[in-house]
Amino acid sequence: MTSTELPTPDLLYSEVEEDLRSSVRDLLTDRAAPAALLARVETAEPYDLKLWKTLAADLGAAGLMVPEELGGHGATAREAAVVLEELGRSVAPVPFLGSAVLATTALLGADSADPVIGELLPRLAGGELTGALAVPLTTAPGAEFPATVTVNADGTLSGRVGTVVDASVAELLVVPATGPDGPGLYAVEAASATVTELVSLDLTRRVADVVLENAPARRFTSGGQAVAALDNALTTAAGLLASEQTGLTDWALTTTVTYLKGRYQFGRPVGGFQSLKHRLANLYTDLVNARATARYAADALAGGFDVPIAVAVAQARAAPIAVHAVEEAIQLHGGIGMTWEHPAHLYLKRAKSDELAFGTPGRHRARLADLVDLPA
Amino acid sequence: MTVTAEDLRGQVERFLAAHDTTDRMEFLRARFDAGLAWVHFPEGLGGQGAPRALQPGVDAAFAAAGAPDNDPRRNVIGLGMAAPTILAFGTPEQKQRYLRPLWTGEEVWCQLFSEPGAGSDLAALATRAVRDGDDWIVTGQKVWTSGAHHAQWAILVTRTDPDVPKHQGMTYFLCDMTAPGVEVRPLRQITGEAEFNEVFLTEVRIPDSLRIGAVGEGWKVAQTTLMNERVAIGGSAVPREGGLIGLVAKTWRERPELRTPELRDRLVQHWVESEALRLAGSRLRQQLTAGAPGPEGSAMKVAFSELNQQLTGLEIELLGEEGLGYDDWTFRRSEVVDFTSREPGYRYLRAKGNSIEGGTSEVLRNIIAERVLGLPSEPRVDKDVAWKDLPR
Ligand SMILES: Cc1cc2nc3c(=O)[nH]c(=O)nc-3n(C[C@H](O)[C@H](O)[C@H](O)COP(=O)(O)OP(=O)(O)OC[C@H]3O[C@@H](n4cnc5c(N)ncnc54)[C@H](O)[C@@H]3O)c2cc1C
Repeated sequence: MTSTELPTPDLLYSEVEEDLRSSVRDLLTDRAAPAALLARVETAEPYDLKLWKTLAADLGAAGLMVPEELGGHGATAREAAVVLEELGRSVAPVPFLGSAVLATTALLGADSADPVIGELLPRLAGGELTGALAVPLTTAPGAEFPATVTVNADGTLSGRVGTVVDASVAELLVVPATGPDGPGLYAVEAASATVTELVSLDLTRRVADVVLENAPARRFTSGGQAVAALDNALTTAAGLLASEQTGLTDWALTTTVTYLKGRYQFGRPVGGFQSLKHRLANLYTDLVNARATARYAADALAGGFDVPIAVAVAQARAAPIAVHAVEEAIQLHGGIGMTWEHPAHLYLKRAKSDELAFGTPGRHRARLADLVDLPA
Repeated sequence: MTVTAEDLRGQVERFLAAHDTTDRMEFLRARFDAGLAWVHFPEGLGGQGAPRALQPGVDAAFAAAGAPDNDPRRNVIGLGMAAPTILAFGTPEQKQRYLRPLWTGEEVWCQLFSEPGAGSDLAALATRAVRDGDDWIVTGQKVWTSGAHHAQWAILVTRTDPDVPKHQGMTYFLCDMTAPGVEVRPLRQITGEAEFNEVFLTEVRIPDSLRIGAVGEGWKVAQTTLMNERVAIGGSAVPREGGLIGLVAKTWRERPELRTPELRDRLVQHWVESEALRLAGSRLRQQLTAGAPGPEGSAMKVAFSELNQQLTGLEIELLGEEGLGYDDWTFRRSEVVDFTSREPGYRYLRAKGNSIEGGTSEVLRNIIAERVLGLPSEPRVDKDVAWKDLPR
C-alpha cells in the first residue's frame, strides 16, 4: 500500500470544532474543577450525572455521531474526538465513552429501520438515555465475537461480562450474545441485569461486572452485521480514545510547565534547569505526535478510509505518550505530585486505564504489523 | 584480626543455643548486646567492627532459625539513616542512649528534613532554631515526613543562622516527637493512604544535649544521612528474583493465557536489569566494607526507581482486565510500605514515589554528573548570598 492511494486527510480543527471545544471546555472548567472531582470520587455518586445531562443534552455531545434523522446532530467522529480531547484535559466523571461512543456506535452499525434502533438511538443521541456496551474494556478491535453471553431458548440472555465501562450508570446495555442462530446484538434494560461496580484503578471512569440471568432482551441486529457493528464500535472507540489521550498529554504538559515556572529551588525557577527544559520539550514533541495520530484516526473514522491502520497507529503512539506524560508530570511536581490533593493522580489512573482499553499499545503494534505486512 | 563469615556463623549458632525466643524484645536486646545486630558497628553498639558485607549472612542465619527479627520495614529511617548518622556524629552518650532501642524497634524514627519551600534544595530550609539557655526553641513546618505518625524520635535539620549562606547556617538535632509543640497531620497519597505527614513545630524545646554535630555544621551531618538514605532505598540485599521481578515472573509462569511475544521481550529485559542491579548492589556492599557509601549509591537509586516503575507498569499491562482494578482506596495511615503484599495497582502508584523520595532522580543525576564525572556545575545564584536574601 502506498501513501499516494490515500486521500489527503484534514488534520486541523475546523471552526465548528473549535467552537464546540470552547463550549465543552467552558462547561468543564465551571463544573469539573479538580477540587470538585476529588471531592466527588469518594462519594456514593462518583459520576456527575447532572454535568453529563448538560454535556449530552444541552451541548448535544451525546448525539454528535448520530444522523439528524435519527435524532442526532449529523456530525462525525471528528467532533466527538474534540469532546474527548476536552474530557481528557478534565477527567470529568461522565459516561461519554460508554454511552455516546460505544453503545451509540454499536446501534449505528445496525439497520436503522429496525424498531429498536428507531426507539433507542434518538433517546441516546438526545442524552435522555445512557448506554453501555457489555464487553470488557480491554477488548481490542479485531477480537473474536464474545461468547460469554448466550441466548436462551426463550430469547432471554444469560452470562457474565467483566469490566464494562460506565455500566454502573447506564440504563441501557447493548449486549453481544450468541444464540443457536449465531451472533447478535441485543438491547437489555440495565434494571434487569445485576451490575456491580468494581473498585477501579481509574477513579473518574469506572468499570463494572454485568451478570445476566434470563434477562429479557431485544435483538436489533444479527449475523455478519452484528459482528461488524461490534467491531465498528470497538474500532471507533479505540480511534477516538487517542483524542482523550492527547487531552491527557496536553493537560500534563501545560500543568507541569506552569508549575516549573513558579517553583523555586536553588534560588531559581526549576523550569530553568536545562535538563528539565529538555524533558518538557520532549513532552511537547510527543504531544505533537499524539495529536497528529489522534486527528488522523478521527478523520479516517469520519471519512471511512484507512481506518484499521489509522486506529492501530493512534493507539500504538498516543496511549504510551499519555502514560509517560502524566508520569513525567508527577515526577516533575516532586512530592506534591505524589499527594491525593493534587489532581495528577486522577490523570495517571485514567492514562494507565486508557492504555489497557481496547488493546494495549503492544497489541496494536502487533495488529499493525499484520496490516502493513511486516511478518514476524 | 577481622571477623570472618565463619566466625559469625559460629557466634549465631551459639547465640541461638543460649537464648530462647519467648520474649521477643529480650531476644533482640541480647542480640544487640552480643554484637550481632549490625556487625559492622563498633563493639558495645550492636556490632563488632566486622565487614559490612557479612550482615546479610547473619540476618539470614537468624531468619533460617525462625528467630524474631526487628521488623526492619517498620524503622527504615531509623536503621538506614538515623543510626549511621548518630554513629558518625553522635556523642558517646547519644550513641549509648539511642542505638539499642532504635535497632530493636522499641523506638521508631522519622526524618524531619523536607519543607514546603525546601525539597531538592534542602539547604534552603527555613525551620528556625533559636538558642535559649541550655535549650533550643524550634519553630517551622516540615512536610512529606514518612511514618511521623508512629515515630518516637526524629532526625531534624534547622536553620540557626539566617545571616550566612544557606549551607553554613544549619544545625542538626534529634527531636522527641512526643514533645509539646510537635503536631503531626496526615498527608494522603496517590495510593489512597497516608504514609507521610505534615509536621508542625511550634516552639518545640530541644535540649542542647540532643544536638548532633557542631552548631552551624548541620549540612555536613545531613550529607551523611542523605548518602546513607540512597543506599537504604536502593541497595538492600536480595536473592535472584527477590524484588518485584519475582512477582511478575511468577504471574508469567502461572498464567500462560496472558503471554504475548512483545510482553515477553520486555519482561526478559527487566529480568536482566533486575539481575544487573542486584549484582551492582552486591558490588556496592562489597565496596562499603571499609567506609561510607560513595556516589554509587546515587546510581543504584536512580536505576532501582526506574526499574520499579517500568516493571510495575508492565505488570498492569500484563494483567489486562485485572489491571483495571484496585484493591482498596480507603484512607488510612499505613504502618509500613510493603510492595509485595498489595495488588499491582498499589505497586504501580507507590513506585512513582521511588524517584522522588530520598532525593529525586534529577538531583541524583546532577550529583553523579558533578561529583563522579566531574562535569562543571550549573551556574549558582545562591552561593555567597545570605540565606535570608535568597530569591524564593
Ligand atoms: C513517598 C515520599 C516519602 C518522603 N519521605 C520523606 C521523609 O520521610 N522525610 C523528608 O524529609 N522528606 C521526605 N520526602 C520528601 C522528598 O525528599 C522530596 O519530595 C524531594 O526531595 C523533592 O523535593 P520537592 O518535593 O520539594 O520537589 P522540588 O524540589 O520542588 O522538585 C520539583 C522537580 O524539579 C526537579 N529539580 C529540582 N531541582 C533540580 C535541579 N537542580 N536540576 C534538575 N531538576 C531539578 C526535581 O527533581 C523535581 O522533579 C518524601 C517524598 C516522597 C515522595
